[in-house]
Amino acid sequence: MPIQVLMPALSPTMEKGNLAKWLKKEGETIKSGDVIAEIETDKATMEVEATDEGTLGKILIPEGTADVAVNTPIATILADGESAADLAKAPAPAAKAAESAPPAAAKAEAPAPKPSEIKAAPAPQAVAEPDPEVPAGTEMVTQTIREALRDAMAEEMRRDADVFVMGEEVAEYQGAYKVTQGLLQEFGAKRVIDTPITEHGFAGVGVGAAMTGLKPIVEFMTFNFAMQAIDQIINSAAKTLYMSGGQMGCSIVFRGPNGAAARVAAQHSQDYSSWYSNIPGLKVVAPFSAADYKGLLKAAIRDPNPVIFLENEVLYGHTGEVPKLDDFVIPIGKARIVRAGSHVTIISWSNGMTYALKAADELAKDGIEAEVIDLRTLRPMDTETIVNSVKKTGRAVTVEEGWAQSGVGAEIAARIMENAFDYLDAPVARVSGKDVPMPYASNLEKLALPSAAEVVEAAKAVCYR
Amino acid sequence: MAAPKKAAASTPQDKTDGGSPPEFTREQELKALRDMLLIRRFEEKAGQLYGMGAIGGFCHLYIGQEAVVVGMQMALKEGDQVITGYRDHGHMLATGMDANGVMAELTGRRGGYSKGKGGSMHMFSKEKHFYGGHGIVGAQVSLGTGLAFANHYRGNGNVSVTYFGDGAANQGQVYESFNMAELWKLPVIFVIENNRYAMGTSVSRASAQQDFSKRGASFNIPGKQVDGMDVRAVKAAGEEAAAWCRAGKGPFILEMQTYRYRGHSMSDPAKYRTREEVEKVRHDQDPIEQVRNRLLAAKVSEADLKAIDAEVRDIVNASADFAQHDPEPDAAELWTDVYR
Repeated sequence: MPIQVLMPALSPTMEKGNLAKWLKKEGETIKSGDVIAEIETDKATMEVEATDEGTLGKILIPEGTADVAVNTPIATILADGESAADLAKAPAPAAKAAESAPPAAAKAEAPAPKPSEIKAAPAPQAVAEPDPEVPAGTEMVTQTIREALRDAMAEEMRRDADVFVMGEEVAEYQGAYKVTQGLLQEFGAKRVIDTPITEHGFAGVGVGAAMTGLKPIVEFMTFNFAMQAIDQIINSAAKTLYMSGGQMGCSIVFRGPNGAAARVAAQHSQDYSSWYSNIPGLKVVAPFSAADYKGLLKAAIRDPNPVIFLENEVLYGHTGEVPKLDDFVIPIGKARIVRAGSHVTIISWSNGMTYALKAADELAKDGIEAEVIDLRTLRPMDTETIVNSVKKTGRAVTVEEGWAQSGVGAEIAARIMENAFDYLDAPVARVSGKDVPMPYASNLEKLALPSAAEVVEAAKAVCYR
Repeated sequence: MAAPKKAAASTPQDKTDGGSPPEFTREQELKALRDMLLIRRFEEKAGQLYGMGAIGGFCHLYIGQEAVVVGMQMALKEGDQVITGYRDHGHMLATGMDANGVMAELTGRRGGYSKGKGGSMHMFSKEKHFYGGHGIVGAQVSLGTGLAFANHYRGNGNVSVTYFGDGAANQGQVYESFNMAELWKLPVIFVIENNRYAMGTSVSRASAQQDFSKRGASFNIPGKQVDGMDVRAVKAAGEEAAAWCRAGKGPFILEMQTYRYRGHSMSDPAKYRTREEVEKVRHDQDPIEQVRNRLLAAKVSEADLKAIDAEVRDIVNASADFAQHDPEPDAAELWTDVYR
């Protein structure tokens, strides 16, 4: 029976890609290891190698097709002795669009299973409330979060020669997650600096440079690796201003993906929101929408204090509307009501917003209007926006990917209790990551993370529904 | 002559014991004497105030090591930065920071360099290019490499002098910093103050390679062992290292072989070494006595030397007086300087 070539997943979070080019024609002989096609992901153009030998029987997805879902059959290879007539025996190609599920037959051989339904959540631009930071009538451009981050850095580097980027693979490789794409070409090796794999050391180098007045952007390939550097972040960056009586501080941004990606297991899937938000002297930002990623990163780079800028790998490829303004800066420390409602307040940030917004849609079907707050900044926390909303709704649910104990949700609950106790009609509910290290298996990983269903359940519980 | 046991010299950069270091002029000798005396008298006073309860927490005295920082400072030029660990009072005084401000920080008063919020281990002076004062062993090595990174980025011709001890020399981030410093040719002098004990653990009990000048060998960083009890040898080595850095050749390691007379901190009875060991170094190699003896041999009068003693004592006594009478920080200071 002819062999199907499937659209491969080329990164832990890849859901779809473009079939850029076929390098083999139908009828050509193929040996194992031959490059047969080129695929564009949102990060790069990758080559697809044949793993089977034979003849390229039929190209199922023509070159130039965009958004081909992972695991979609893209071609068939005929083994020796097989002919085009045998093609009929191959399973019919499944639908090509990203939304469609891969065929069951293909699933077993998939190089990487399709990320969970949650990971394929809709792009974050579906917000009901207008953004108060954006003047009415502003032209918007559609960008991925990855592009928004890159533009924020590039704009600030053009504006201030003291700003530079350092980290692993930020220059020649164009960023491990392609966030720094093109920066080396524009700003040169002096300002876009590849470091050795040496988090503790380069975090300290960044802080030392910042103490002299330079403004480093230190990229951690992921915040999991920043644990190696956390002494420099906390003891050197966060405390120096205070310990020097205000004489010497540091303007520095530590940024990179935080939290769970997909199928990378416990050591690469941890949410550090509560860790850094515990520390006076640090500001902690964790945006969700593309516009917020851009405006808040620009604010973080300009901030005279050390800022922890928590990104989310799952969101990098998501698109959103970003205001086309010469200088779009969002102030640190302000939450945003992204969906107005009167029955229950749902508070989240970063990828937690995916579950929160989805849950709000579900709740609306049952007549529960949720007010959804995107915290955006964790420290300083915008208590006022939370409290004002809870005074209106009388009920609150927090949503976070991190663990519940000593988590940001616990902090929010405490603040609500301290500031709006008399307005509460129900105890604050927390939806969080489960109290276990992140498992690898797809089904277990899904269980370990929060879900929209859990948010719906919690919201109904606090509404006594 | 060097204080501790030395490993055999084997690289061209290693110290050669062929001759004495270059002589100082009379002015240089007098300056070195005065600056070292100021540190010693200041530290003695700090020890006294600690005993009286006026200084709290940790207090690590620099007595015995004065020639290192004074000699290095004589090799620097305006704008060169200094950064060190927690045994830092001597470095502050050597960079020209005001004795009153340092002592008042030790007593936790508002006139202290950090308004009383930093204490013994955490003081800074932008004006004097002193970048702390760091309480985490080894952290200042990455930070000091970052200062050098900034000099390189700005092309200002300045050098970062990054001090750390034989104990810190075993921290991982030291080698991460060595690698980047040499890779990027950063102008940093790594001054390893080998006072032979990391708290109570002697070098031989903690270090596989006891020749600290070789600690950069696998990164191709040149190193040199220096008699850290002879201020002239320190200055000469500092000049050589600074010239190397300023020529764009990257970092340089100086192992300063020195000795601390007091315990690791005020609460250390120093049971890990003998009284005789301490007395021998004091008697044979004291950095201040070396200079004093040379000056006397050069016919400087006792009266002139006493005048220096008196000037130094006045500064130290005034600082102690200020530090005990300056008010504590206003309660409102609790909440300032967290953010700017």
